[in-house]
Amino acid sequence: MGVEPKVLGGRIVTPQSRRTSNSMLMNMDWVTVLLYFLLVGLGWMNIYAAVYSPDNVVNILSFDINSGKQLVWIGASLLLILVLLVVDYKVYEHLAYPIYGTIILLLLVTLVIAKPIAGSRSWLDLGGGIRLQPAELAKFATALAASKFLGSISLRQQNFKDQMKLAAITLLPPLIIILQNETGSALVFAAFVLAYFREGMSPLILIVGGTAAAIFILTLLVPKLYLIIGITLLMALATWLDYRLLRRFKTMIVLWVAVVGMIFSVDYFVNNILQPHQQNRIKALINPEADPLGYGWNVTQSKIAIGSGGFWGKGFLEGTQTKFDFVPEQSTDFIFCTIGEEHGWLGSTILISIFMLLLIRIVFIAERQKSVFGRTYGYCVASIIFFHFLVNVGMTIGLAPVVGIPLPFFSYGGSSLWSFTILLFILIAIDANRSQELVR
Amino acid sequence: MNYLENRKYVIQGIFLLIGALFALRLFYIQVVDSSYKQAAETNAIKTVIQYPFRGLIYDRNGKLLVQNTPVYDLMLIPKEAKNVDTLRLCRLLNLPLEDVRERFRKARAFSYVQPSAFYQKLSTQEFAHIQDNLIDFPGFFINARTARGYPQASLAHALGYIAEISPKQLDDPAYTGYRPGDYIGKSGIELEYEKYLMGSRGVKYKMVNVRGIEKGSFKDGAYDTLSVAGQNLTSSIDLDLQEYGEFLMNGAKGSVVAIEPATGEILAYISAPFYDPSLFTGKDYGKNYMALLTDSNKTLFNRPIMASSNPPGSIFKLAQALVALQDGIITPETGFPCNQSLIKCAHGHPAPSNLALAIKYSCNPYFYQAFRAEVNQGRSRNTYKDTSLGLAHWREQILSMGFGKKLGVDLPNEKKGIIASPGMYDDMYGKNRWKFSTIYSLSIGQGELGVTPLQMANFMAIMANRGYYITPHMIKSIGNSGHPLPQYEEQHHTTIDKKYYEPVIQGMADVVASGTGRNANLEKLGITVCGKTGTAENPQGKDHAVFVAFAPRENPKIAIAVYVENAGFGAQSAAPIAGLMIEKYLTDSVSRKPMEKWVLSRKYLEVE
Repeated sequence: MGVEPKVLGGRIVTPQSRRTSNSMLMNMDWVTVLLYFLLVGLGWMNIYAAVYSPDNVVNILSFDINSGKQLVWIGASLLLILVLLVVDYKVYEHLAYPIYGTIILLLLVTLVIAKPIAGSRSWLDLGGGIRLQPAELAKFATALAASKFLGSISLRQQNFKDQMKLAAITLLPPLIIILQNETGSALVFAAFVLAYFREGMSPLILIVGGTAAAIFILTLLVPKLYLIIGITLLMALATWLDYRLLRRFKTMIVLWVAVVGMIFSVDYFVNNILQPHQQNRIKALINPEADPLGYGWNVTQSKIAIGSGGFWGKGFLEGTQTKFDFVPEQSTDFIFCTIGEEHGWLGSTILISIFMLLLIRIVFIAERQKSVFGRTYGYCVASIIFFHFLVNVGMTIGLAPVVGIPLPFFSYGGSSLWSFTILLFILIAIDANRSQELVR
Repeated sequence: MNYLENRKYVIQGIFLLIGALFALRLFYIQVVDSSYKQAAETNAIKTVIQYPFRGLIYDRNGKLLVQNTPVYDLMLIPKEAKNVDTLRLCRLLNLPLEDVRERFRKARAFSYVQPSAFYQKLSTQEFAHIQDNLIDFPGFFINARTARGYPQASLAHALGYIAEISPKQLDDPAYTGYRPGDYIGKSGIELEYEKYLMGSRGVKYKMVNVRGIEKGSFKDGAYDTLSVAGQNLTSSIDLDLQEYGEFLMNGAKGSVVAIEPATGEILAYISAPFYDPSLFTGKDYGKNYMALLTDSNKTLFNRPIMASSNPPGSIFKLAQALVALQDGIITPETGFPCNQSLIKCAHGHPAPSNLALAIKYSCNPYFYQAFRAEVNQGRSRNTYKDTSLGLAHWREQILSMGFGKKLGVDLPNEKKGIIASPGMYDDMYGKNRWKFSTIYSLSIGQGELGVTPLQMANFMAIMANRGYYITPHMIKSIGNSGHPLPQYEEQHHTTIDKKYYEPVIQGMADVVASGTGRNANLEKLGITVCGKTGTAENPQGKDHAVFVAFAPRENPKIAIAVYVENAGFGAQSAAPIAGLMIEKYLTDSVSRKPMEKWVLSRKYLEVE
């Protein structure tokens, strides 16, 4: 009976009753929670499809296969969620730095003591066959720390010292992760620029970064001469459209030289800086057909699997490429192939739409936070999930190089699932209590 | 503040832009571009050709001549062959290390991921041995297929053999549908009846995983087609007669062709020396083939249809007699003096006062005079022109008896032989530069004449039929039709009227009764054999012996030609062989054992 007033007055409830789980449940963003469970559930079914073998049909719940294990991780995630929601939401802000520090320590410890697995020293063996990848946890920890820091300084980020501090907070974890030889996970931290952009970072960084990435990929795909001619024409066109640019003639020249210099340094970067396996990933992006049985295998097979799905897909457990192991890493990094093959363009587009809904919803949640901390954290969550989505789906359809990062909530794996669960549900906990926050 | 809040639209815009970009890209690769679907099919769907059972070949009495036996090829997929114990493989296959390495190299050169034959045609014992050890050799597997098998080592030249299709044939539009590695008839009946024997292939679509392991049929076999076995062939060969003939000819060189006159069916077809047809089925096929190809006896030379350059000798006098009778040059009662004017007669016989006697004594001057009258009939006052016109008229009639042209037997590489023609002499001597005195040796079957043993046997069939022949053939029934190919049911009539045969046949009967063909006499068994001996001049060495015959005289069942190289007079070698074979065929037994012993002794090869 006492429920209704609380619902109506969700924002004016007394401090005593705020802590009750009832109020928590009322204030939780159920749309996001629903999308979360939808993704986790669909992911689980597709993991089963990915490991499904018609010769040896194993129950979806069996612990012998990834889908059974994933169910355990999902169960553990539920416990995690419970803990995350029950814990005082203020903890996340108050303990942001200690959490960040702990994770940095953990990353360093891992770097020192971890045994290399496939060349990467990023797994911490907890015994009993359970392994943890601290790099996964670094995402939410960095998001918390960066949000806390942004919330504590003046909104005008003109202070160079503060900007450097923020950059340090953001770049320290990926640096250690690169040392662990987990370049893919390190790249994710680039996503933070989206959140910082919202908080006032100059759009120039976003534009320069995006342009640089575009030029990098274009250089690989288009002959250099065409690219230089194209860029020169583009700049000339811009000058013609806006004669004021003429006044900045010197800047234009410098810009042109920078771009051309970059075009010529791409080869050097790819051939001399990158490690051989990374070079192959670049080559696979440009022309997977050059070596379809070697470095092009993953991309070629992934595109074949997705492309063979057609509009409607082949049906659940009917994918031949999926069933017969043509696509590697099918339940983890290449899980999207299963969707593409068995559920076709329709299923793929529905999945993309679910991610879009989730991302838009998270931005919506972020924007309704009263504190900068809450808002920034919300944008960090959206950016991280988006970046994973961008690279993971992009690589399966040949638009991004093969980088071993999972599809959020979908891919098989405990570390990944928990890390995203923590990331998302901290936001949900903060959001559920947003009425207690005062506008600063 | 507010301008920053607007940035949420930028960020959401980026999200939606990427989502839309991905959806578009997916639409392109999933819906627009169909190449990925095909790639997925090539990936996961293996097309397995179902090879049909090649048709069997039986003899006229239902005895199996050619069957299918399983053979096993050891296949290799180089990609999957890891950590191969090469030395153990050497021991298993009993091959030197170098050889095994070379085979690996070849397999890799063919394809790294596709299977190719590492070692072909394992015997059943080798197969069993290797099968047990195969588990330790990943990437290797056994491919079972069928090869030809021969219950009897007989009839090799006629049966032919099958072998892998050649690159040249693969390019030939006539062989569309064949794939590299397919087996195809290369000679003999196997080649001639390839399209009936091969049947039609089926295709099965199997789903395979990334390692090529089969995972069941695609769409429950909805697209599969069944292979249809090739048609069995019934040969006209009488295996008993064939084997008996080979028994008699073993060690000699030459041909024996026996034909059933009424049907044109070939009863026996011997090209000596012969070989075991199974030499061409095992893994030593190449080696065996080269050995036979280069041997001095020309074993692979298919004598009954290819030995076309030797003149027929005296047996040709029968044809001369028929032409002369038809043209009214002679009557059965015509006599010529054995004057030995221009052409000698070695036989030292009474005067040929009628045709039958002339035939019986094979009188050279008789046929010389008859042929002169035949050729020079006064068609022109110019003797050269007259001879030319006469020869052309004569030739037409000889050709109607199946000489000088391909008969059209159902075996490849048949030669047509030679029958002198005016054009031929015009080329040799110039137009109007030759006359009868130039060509008279034709009268006794020498000179510009070449007749294959098959044509000789066919000529005997004409004699037996009194005026027509059915093209000789090896296959009397395709499948269960009971019929040969349609061209083997047509009668071909000669230009000689039926009534002119009997006088010639009388002479032939006399040859066997009391002339040079006595060694083929079966009168004791109540069988009248009509025959004619011959000796074909051989400028390279000893003359070739010829004997042609048919029997019985009334309602003949067999026509035969025996040609023994370097055996001198036909009477000594060829006639006994023909006689023994006729007896064997007509009575299913051989009573004249001393004769058989004589033939087998090969003494006739030494007689000068």
